[in-house]
Amino acid sequence: MILLFYLLSAIMIICALAVVFSKNPINNVIYLIVCFLAMAGHYILLNAQFLAVVHIIVYTGAIMVLFLFVIMLLNLNKAIILRKSTVTRVSAVITGGVFFLVLLAATRQTFEIHARYPFASDFGLVSGIGKVLFSEFLLPFEISSILFISAMVGALMFGKKDV
Amino acid sequence: MQTLTNRSVVASDKKMTILEWIYIPAIIKGMSITIRHFFRKKTTISYPEQKREFSKVYRGQHVLKRDDEGRERCTACGLCAVACPAEAITMKAAERKPGEEHLYREEKYAEIYEINMLRCIFCGDCEDACPKEAIFLTDRIVESQYKRKPFIYGKDILVEAMDLRIDISARQTEAVYQFKLDKRFAHNK
Amino acid sequence: MDLTTLIFKTVFLIIILMVTLIVAMYSTYGERKVAAFMQDRRGPNRAGLFGLLQPLADGVKMFMKEEIIPLTANRKLFIIGPSIAMTTALLTGVVIPWGGTLTIGGHEFSLQIADLNIGILYVFAMVSIGVYGIMIGGWASNNKYALLGAIRAASQMISYELAMGMSIIALVLTTGSLSLHDIVAQQHGMHWNIFYQPLGFLIFLTCAFAETNRAPFDLPECETELIGGYHTEYSSMKLGFYLFAEYINMFISSAVVATLYFGGYNMPFIDGLGLSQNTVTLLGTGFFFIKIFSMIFLFMWIRWTLPRFRYDQLMNMGWKGLIPLGIFNILATGIYYFFTELK
Repeated sequence: MILLFYLLSAIMIICALAVVFSKNPINNVIYLIVCFLAMAGHYILLNAQFLAVVHIIVYTGAIMVLFLFVIMLLNLNKAIILRKSTVTRVSAVITGGVFFLVLLAATRQTFEIHARYPFASDFGLVSGIGKVLFSEFLLPFEISSILFISAMVGALMFGKKDV
Repeated sequence: MQTLTNRSVVASDKKMTILEWIYIPAIIKGMSITIRHFFRKKTTISYPEQKREFSKVYRGQHVLKRDDEGRERCTACGLCAVACPAEAITMKAAERKPGEEHLYREEKYAEIYEINMLRCIFCGDCEDACPKEAIFLTDRIVESQYKRKPFIYGKDILVEAMDLRIDISARQTEAVYQFKLDKRFAHNK
Repeated sequence: MDLTTLIFKTVFLIIILMVTLIVAMYSTYGERKVAAFMQDRRGPNRAGLFGLLQPLADGVKMFMKEEIIPLTANRKLFIIGPSIAMTTALLTGVVIPWGGTLTIGGHEFSLQIADLNIGILYVFAMVSIGVYGIMIGGWASNNKYALLGAIRAASQMISYELAMGMSIIALVLTTGSLSLHDIVAQQHGMHWNIFYQPLGFLIFLTCAFAETNRAPFDLPECETELIGGYHTEYSSMKLGFYLFAEYINMFISSAVVATLYFGGYNMPFIDGLGLSQNTVTLLGTGFFFIKIFSMIFLFMWIRWTLPRFRYDQLMNMGWKGLIPLGIFNILATGIYYFFTELK
């Protein structure tokens, strides 16, 4: 188990670094896909099969397909990527740093959350997630589902020529 | 416009009814047609084992006939080559030497006689033109080849073998004979 | 998990893998026979008795052919493409319950490799990953037709996955479980889900055709417009992998349809016969395969009947036809259960 954990983590970190450092956009996307698959592996290690599969369906199977789709359509090549100006670089570093700080602050609280919700082995299974979603987090869940439905109907409306 | 068959349907842009719009009845109709064909008798003829019945006067590969004593009938007169609309026939005449009387019927014979099977359209005009009853079309199929060269048939293929005489009685009927005697249809007026 | 179970699972896994490959192999033969019969022809009948050795001959041909990788292609991705297609196609068979339980020497073995409690979603995830094989292969070929095929495949998959999800949600509402094992167990007797979810079945079937890139939805490899679509540049066994993956997908989706809507390995009227457990299981597995083969035949039957969709028709049907129908189906099912279960 521990070995698997380290293996998956290593794959994830290497792929994540490759996403950042690789110059070819298609390779970036593919490394990101592998990274996501390794993340799904982590979920399975935590016995959160539902999360793992939904993660694969939504992120790997839908969103990354769209990414790849767009990049293929634009056919970005190494030559096209322009050199960024110094201002952009500095601002990018600042934004990234701030985001990192926010992330650090957020992860500091996880220990507290962990105390509030002690780890249960069936938590990631369908029944566990379902119970939490439909009792404690009912309102946000319903609101987000309405948001999704309206987004989908909106997409349909875009597709129609004569509204 | 007058239609040739009663099966033609005039295309129209009219709005589809609900039943047409969901397509399922149409799909089921199409699938019932294909499944009927599934169980129908197959029309394929598995060639080498099974052969298609030819018509009695089928025009296939040519034969250069010999007479009853085994002498070649062709005298290289060239009428077949003149008659050929596809210009597939060429020949070279030669004189019969003494001592060759058992090989050739008359004093002149075809030293080379070639038909290009890629040009030939199997119309049978050579047969009609022949005054010596020497060339006939038979019900044999011209075999396929990998190259062009073998399609030029020489005398080695065209002249019938002594021990393997080819029956052309279906094409050499009395009516055909009478037709040939009629000078109005002769090629060499 | 004790050792005997582990050994059994391994053996069973290999058997399933072999069966999948053999069925896919003979699907190519079946496809050609069905096509021929529907067109009043005889189909392959030269290699072996009734042409039964034809798939082997085809395989040998595929292996012997010259392997061409275009100079301008992305070599690595060009090779990875067909591998992904094949791997994901084979991975799905793991969760399908191929039969009940066998009792051998006091041990009870389930004829299902992994009974995940999210079986349906697993199938769904594998299908959604499967598109990468086509996309990567199509892009790496560096050919405009292949790229168009890849793009078509991607958009088609995404569009029809939504409708497929909708039909599955309605199905899950009726069964109350995501595990394929439970879903099959619930359909015991003649309580097949197709009687409870006819509309959902139609939607699912249509989406299954689209997801496996089978006619009338074979736009990614539409030969009249795109030469060969995403596999235009492929040759030899790499092409064979793509074609083979398609047939494996067809087999697996037939199995999934049979599991979800036609009662899986359940046989009607088997309980009254008083047979032993093992006989019932084996008969059930046989019956399951009959169902699968019927579904495969349906796949082929439709392929040789219907013409290919135009691209805008495909998108219209997915987004404006199937998704609203799917939402309606969920609503109707939900309302029905709301009023019946509450009492």
